[in-house]
Amino acid sequence: MDVMERIDQTVKNNPVVIFMKGTPQMPMCGFSSRAAQALMACGQEFAHVNVLADPEIFENLPRYANWPTFPQIYINGELIGGCDITLEMYQKGELQRMVQEAVSRGRSEAGES
Amino acid sequence: MSIQATIERKLQSALEPVHLEVINESHMHNVPPGSESHFKVVVASKAFEGQPLVARHRRVNEILAEELQQIHALALHTYTFDEWQEQGFAPQSPPCHGGGG
Repeated sequence: MDVMERIDQTVKNNPVVIFMKGTPQMPMCGFSSRAAQALMACGQEFAHVNVLADPEIFENLPRYANWPTFPQIYINGELIGGCDITLEMYQKGELQRMVQEAVSRGRSEAGES
Repeated sequence: MSIQATIERKLQSALEPVHLEVINESHMHNVPPGSESHFKVVVASKAFEGQPLVARHRRVNEILAEELQQIHALALHTYTFDEWQEQGFAPQSPPCHGGGG
């Protein structure tokens, strides 16, 4: 599969996904670490892609959503932003609400099919 | 001209900020002394009025497209005039985890 299709499927098939350096358990970058921590603090499951383990995604993700940096967080198929935006939204309580809604929606869609 | 000075000049002319800080945070990371690899930008501008954060960051990323090719990390904190009056400071950047890349 083409790398852009792979990225697109990952973004669209997961209510919440973070493309990061390392993993939530073993982050390899301070920005990725903080963004993953904010997502974990929302108390819902989320998908992650370690861009350091997938050079093709590392190379091509920046042009997928025209966003030059890592990490990148997508909710409901839309780019939320990077670490700074994710943290700001968490501090305002917006991230928790969005994650909760996305995960519930994902569950009900899965239940219907 | 240093990357830091270039970033300052470009943001100053494109956004006419009421507040602008461009901080070289490279010393917090595993890079040689004097490096220009990690930056933090704190910018407050009327140009951000009515724009969601993702749009503000896109704007800055576009203005600094060339510099983003050269540097490793850019922490970005964007405020409107009113938000900056209210908050007056930006969060601290995270410590390095050594991932490079």
